[in-house]
Amino acid sequence: MPTDNGSERVEVRKAYKLYIGGAFPRSESGRSYPVSDARGRFLANAALASRKDARDAVAAAYKAWPGWSARTGYNRDQILYRIAEMLEGRRDQFAAEVAAAEGLSRARAAAQVSAAIDRWVWYAGWADKLAQVLGAGNQVSGPFFNFSVPEPAGVVAAVAPRSSSLLGLVSVVAPVIVAGNACVVLAAEDRPLPAVSLAEVLATSDLPGGVVNILTGAVAEVAPWLASHFDVHGLDLAGVEDPALAADLERAAAGNLKRVLLPEREPDWTADPGLTRMRAFLEIKTVWHPVGI
Amino acid sequence: MTTTDTLADVATSASALRRFLHGLPGVDQVGAEERAARLAARSVKATAKAFALDLAVSMVDLTTLEGQDTPGKVRALCAKAARPDPSDPAAPRVAAVCVYPDLVATAKRALAGSGVRVASVATAFPSGRAARAVKIADVEYAVAAGADEVDMVIDRGAFLAGDYLALYDEIGAVKEACGGAHLKVILETGELVTYDNVRRASWLAMLAGADFIKTSTGKVQPAATLPVTLVMLEAVRDFRAAVGRQVGVKAAGGIRAAKDALRYLVVVNETAGPAWLTPALYRFGASSLLNDLLMQRQKLATGHYAGHDYVTED
Repeated sequence: MPTDNGSERVEVRKAYKLYIGGAFPRSESGRSYPVSDARGRFLANAALASRKDARDAVAAAYKAWPGWSARTGYNRDQILYRIAEMLEGRRDQFAAEVAAAEGLSRARAAAQVSAAIDRWVWYAGWADKLAQVLGAGNQVSGPFFNFSVPEPAGVVAAVAPRSSSLLGLVSVVAPVIVAGNACVVLAAEDRPLPAVSLAEVLATSDLPGGVVNILTGAVAEVAPWLASHFDVHGLDLAGVEDPALAADLERAAAGNLKRVLLPEREPDWTADPGLTRMRAFLEIKTVWHPVGI
Repeated sequence: MTTTDTLADVATSASALRRFLHGLPGVDQVGAEERAARLAARSVKATAKAFALDLAVSMVDLTTLEGQDTPGKVRALCAKAARPDPSDPAAPRVAAVCVYPDLVATAKRALAGSGVRVASVATAFPSGRAARAVKIADVEYAVAAGADEVDMVIDRGAFLAGDYLALYDEIGAVKEACGGAHLKVILETGELVTYDNVRRASWLAMLAGADFIKTSTGKVQPAATLPVTLVMLEAVRDFRAAVGRQVGVKAAGGIRAAKDALRYLVVVNETAGPAWLTPALYRFGASSLLNDLLMQRQKLATGHYAGHDYVTED
């Protein structure tokens, strides 16, 4: 389009970067890789994360986790709902990115975005209800109160599914953080652009930096470092399609007894998710308390 | 730059001392910072890294200098100093534990037979604002309680006012009160404003009998920086060339990452030389640095990133 002085306007193109500790760094390795749409046409270059980016992301998550888990469920609920508000304001951008990544029509992509926002709101509502549903006041034969309460496991590393670049990503991230965990998520390798846009939403929604960290890059390169990292307490392998790699990652995760979530087959991301994904990264703590006089 | 002849009588009068300190060559500020930045970019990998991490652990003065320090906390710190990584018997012990004078006896008992030394801050740490007699009493108390090393703070007010001879005398008096204990002189470089002042204070402390010169108390920002440490290492190198006595350097405050510690070691090696790469002549005053060093050691040994749950909290 010609500008006022008659010259062609130069389009301002976005640099797709990582999201670590609330900031948007490039990969420390300086690498990037081309991302194409479903028909093989070039879309953009995304940052190709290295093991050191994964290390930095875990460090950021580990730092953010105590503060995030100490917040009330009610407050986490509000912040997650705020994220949904921001998502709503960017519907068109997400619809275009999902359509390009997955080769969907605009209408079907828009439906995916709506489902993703609704999923986020659904999870947001659980923040102050998990303790009531998963916890209990237990009967004991003695002068004690006995409570079981769910507590977040800590830092959870997740590999986002490729089949559903936004709804699947949201379905992996939201259940981890709603319960008070911090998250490092590796976006789908060849469909990372919606994840980077989600990072922009998270950065502008009162979510403390480091609670969610988003990496783009090669799953086979980065995931093993996350799986073996001793500051990671849970591992969600939803997006690992190679069974041999999944088995290796599960083995590496055993080093510090990470909770590993590896469904037998990829879930239907449009179906009602239930509590499974939230329960997977919660520990149940049982407390005995003497009854006062 | 100087000969032993002139050094013999630099402190005979206030004017002679001033003439000598102000006659020291000026520090090229840009040059020092560039040099430090360039050395910081050196890559230390694999076996060199393993060596440097172990060396850094053995150079740590594990420090707790809080108003809320308790005997229990000091004992826990001493246990950690003697065996930093219980999961690895090959991990070296640290050089010393650094506490306030009233906790020296506790630390001494906890470290008996471990080979870890006990250092005590003294002379109205951290401000250094007290009467000379009080400062000397502080030192004598620490030494009587068993301190192997005394970390004194200089009177920055006297230094900045140009009262060099008073400071010289004070360091000399403290040195005498130390008896057999090693004397580390804290320059508090964050309050000395210029690199020229850092160089002058370094020479002043060494002339007055310091066994170590130390950057900071850790209570003032900025604490240790790479260029300041570089200037002090140049001073100890030049002092050895002039006098023949080797003085140690201790960088304290703000060094939290293993990567930073390795940068300091590179600067030590390239400035003062490999002769200083020993706990007898180079130290890190730190508390949280040790955990990061241990986690990096574990990463090298196991091949995966180590976790905070596998090192003790201070």
